[in-house]
Amino acid sequence: MNKLTSYTIKKIHKSYIEKILTPTSFIDLCLQKAKQASELNAFVTLTVEEAENHGIESEKRLYIDKNVKPLEGISIGIKDNFCTKNISTTCASNMLRNFVPTYDATVYSRLRQAGACLIGKCNLDEFAMGSGTIDSIFGPTRNPWGYRKNDDKWRIAGGSSGGSAVAVSSGACVAALGSDTGGSTRNPAALCGVVGLKPTYGLVSRYGLIPLVNSMDVPGIIARTVEDVTAVLNCIAGPDELDSTTLKRDFNPIVMKELDMSKIKIGIPKEYNCVGMSKDVLETWQYVTKLLKNEKTMIRSVSLPNTSVSIAVYSILNQCEVASNMARYDGLEYGLRANEDYSTEELYASSRSQGFNNVVRWRIFAGNYFLLARNYDKYFIKALKLRRLISNDFKNVFNGEDSVDLLLTPTTLTDAPRYEDFVSKHNRDQCAFQDYCTQPANMAGIPAVSIPVRLSNDNLPVSLQLMGPCLSEDLLLNVARKIEQLVNFQHTHNF
Amino acid sequence: MKYMKSDLFKLSHFFRRRALCSRYVSTNIEKWQSVVGLEVHAQLNTESKLFSGAQNTFGGLVNNCVSLFDAAIPGTLPVLNRKCVELGIMTALALSCKINEVSTFDRKHYFYADLPSGYQITQQRAPLASDGVIDFQVYTPGIHKKPYKKSSKIKQIQLEQDSGKSLHDAELKRSLVDLNRAGAPLIELVFEPDLEDGEEAAALVKELVLVVQRIGACSGRMEEGALRVDANVSIRRPGAPLSTRTEIKNIGSVRGVAGAIRHEIERQRNILENGGRITNETRSWDAVNKVTIAMRDKEVVQDYRFMPEPNLPPLRVNLKTKEDSRDVISVPLIQERIPELPAETRRNLIEKSQLRPETAVQLVNEPLLLKHFQDLTLDKERDPIKVANLLINDLLTVLNKCKIDPEKCPVTKKQLVELVDLFLSKEINLEVCRNILNELVTSEIDKDKPIVDLVHQKGWALVTDTEIITQLCKEVLDNNPKLVKQYKDGKTKVFKALMGILAKNSRSKYDMSLVSKIMEDLLKK
Repeated sequence: MNKLTSYTIKKIHKSYIEKILTPTSFIDLCLQKAKQASELNAFVTLTVEEAENHGIESEKRLYIDKNVKPLEGISIGIKDNFCTKNISTTCASNMLRNFVPTYDATVYSRLRQAGACLIGKCNLDEFAMGSGTIDSIFGPTRNPWGYRKNDDKWRIAGGSSGGSAVAVSSGACVAALGSDTGGSTRNPAALCGVVGLKPTYGLVSRYGLIPLVNSMDVPGIIARTVEDVTAVLNCIAGPDELDSTTLKRDFNPIVMKELDMSKIKIGIPKEYNCVGMSKDVLETWQYVTKLLKNEKTMIRSVSLPNTSVSIAVYSILNQCEVASNMARYDGLEYGLRANEDYSTEELYASSRSQGFNNVVRWRIFAGNYFLLARNYDKYFIKALKLRRLISNDFKNVFNGEDSVDLLLTPTTLTDAPRYEDFVSKHNRDQCAFQDYCTQPANMAGIPAVSIPVRLSNDNLPVSLQLMGPCLSEDLLLNVARKIEQLVNFQHTHNF
Repeated sequence: MKYMKSDLFKLSHFFRRRALCSRYVSTNIEKWQSVVGLEVHAQLNTESKLFSGAQNTFGGLVNNCVSLFDAAIPGTLPVLNRKCVELGIMTALALSCKINEVSTFDRKHYFYADLPSGYQITQQRAPLASDGVIDFQVYTPGIHKKPYKKSSKIKQIQLEQDSGKSLHDAELKRSLVDLNRAGAPLIELVFEPDLEDGEEAAALVKELVLVVQRIGACSGRMEEGALRVDANVSIRRPGAPLSTRTEIKNIGSVRGVAGAIRHEIERQRNILENGGRITNETRSWDAVNKVTIAMRDKEVVQDYRFMPEPNLPPLRVNLKTKEDSRDVISVPLIQERIPELPAETRRNLIEKSQLRPETAVQLVNEPLLLKHFQDLTLDKERDPIKVANLLINDLLTVLNKCKIDPEKCPVTKKQLVELVDLFLSKEINLEVCRNILNELVTSEIDKDKPIVDLVHQKGWALVTDTEIITQLCKEVLDNNPKLVKQYKDGKTKVFKALMGILAKNSRSKYDMSLVSKIMEDLLKK
């Protein structure tokens, strides 16, 4: 990794002020990096013109106005399911291949207000439905770890925000936004050896995020360090009038501080030790537990008894909301319109079958089935009840007797799978497997962060996840930073 | 032979039908009960739409009042318009509903070109308000002799989005979509099937229009689609279960409601009496041909796949205190803002102004005339009964004859004040009064021109000069000695004949009560 493109925000700002580096030169470097790494396919669109203009604006503010914004001159990538004004936003789908929004998602406009510079829009699974970033009309994204030119044994990036994770991991961006519905930010972050945060539901606005599951979607943040993730969170979190589900109370920026780790209680949920979890992952989990014990942190085994049903419940709720959210793609106002004019129904049917891939169509079918009047109670209502139980499991371990402050679990069950192995299984089965540890946090709306710990036997990153109660980001991120310091993970891939 | 047989058949069939008809006329007419329930959609009178900032207006330039959300642009989210909630609550309170402390929004899915998101946001499971009642007077002049009181329970009132409008060009085989109305705020009022016929339904709708107009929740303009009525109609033999119901969609006027339901009841009765079956279907009202027509595209049973709207948190209101915040509306504060409602106005007209119930009903049904009445009777010298009769029996008759909407009555308050005073001081009689109203409604008359000028110009002034009248009476008596003799012989009813002769012979208008007095005096001399 190029030294400059592995700098943290703090270091970059220091270099800007000391004029070792300027925003325009840094942004240039990032763009070069993105182009060099183009075979990884992290970006759907490189926004070269915007990046350069944003860099010039930053430079002017820095050196003429002497005004350093929190993300001044910081290169960012945005998953291509966040709307960006006058920049195409495709959701990696034929349906929106030519869709150019006329408005900015709240998170993007807040990043811009904070001085960030847009490098490009990042690849994803179509409409964020997947956990590999392989189901994109623009082709799969490749993991920089273990990648060799002209070798078809490459690893997947994880997903669905694989493009965002690779953009950061490869050094094209300091930070990137993903979206996290069942682990879509944490999973690729974990497989690509970067930090991925899923904030509390309602803490960050969804306005302008093209929805997958409205009741679980959260904009996620990916960066190389916990501190950088926190800096980005501080800029985008807080109430938004345009999203009625954002929490109304003001957000207090999080400050990184030294913690007395002996005062922290961490739970190890036994249900997360599940079938299919690799030895590398298990050992990494034990390794960090031991490190924390050395810090005199109180470690306790806890139980979240409804974990095993969570993935099935998640899958039903996901498909129901997908069926509903996808109903708007009829080819009339925007999006793909088939050349069919026999009847309106025909037009809808052919536009939708040409516009969506198999995974999307399959979920629409399933979701509509669950929502039929005769099935509603049997599936949807039942799933909602179980969702409540899953959510209560977390409340109990965080609030009940013998409560813990945070939970420590793996993020994924294995390190990054090979592409050829991954595609041999159905999307549904892959999601059920890959999302096992991550989706419960979305069901409960709680924050979770994935942090890279060490390398597996195959020299691939293995990461762990910390979860905390709603709005515990301050503690969560400070403990994550402590673990980050203890494990001292090194970015040693070829990019 | 063949001919004969078929003719015979025809004949027998004819007789059977006649027999059925006469039986129905004589005995069966009471033996069917009809049951009617209404669902009414009222557009809320707000600046902006239910969930977006786009302008909420009627008749705007096509697709010009459409926000990104209204066009279902991906990534946009609904933000509830507080004003819509307030107007919904106000309407619900005016109809004695229970306001629900927590209500929620649902998505109702169906594919249609004028529904861009593929679902309508409504309140299916937990509506804004429930369990209300509307009391109203049923009185259609010419159909009912007297008003009677009726009420219908309200199951629920819910907030929901309107759809856009589709325009089909059959010639070019193209459909065009106007999204100006998409996302406009509606309240849907679901009434229990408490009504018996079209007239009751029409009276309910009229009362509802008056209520929503009074509180400013809805313009009530049915011709603009601001208030749309769906009617569920079924019939049964007394004591028997209800037959299959049909639904008449989107009836666009008060009289349309009465007509559509009357025809639908008749249609169903004819089918059942001829041994047929009613199918559960949606029909539309053809106001020109006065028939209900089956709507073909609605035959398939729709499964709307209702689902909670995940982008809107539950709507909470404060039922107990007057504490009002940005996110929690105080219901008691809204209660205070409710003005006098039509039922109370009618009660006041009957009790305080001594009007007859039917006059009160008619007057309240015409808000502009009611306003004139209230302005005119501010002066206690003016007799409210006479003023009301003048407005309802005379002005309204002229307006109806000329097919002018009473709300657009061209007669000004100033003109009415002068006219009423001329009439009450007997300077003109009722006939002249009617002529003047007719002139004022039909001719372009300078609004500032005094009525008295018009009276003189037309030679309609009432003669009250005793000398002239005495002279005239003398002439009549002199010319009719026979009648005078009969009168003096005790046959006093010939007095009317003498008066008639006088009225017939004279071209000017006389104060007839004065004439009568003078004539009587002369005869007794």
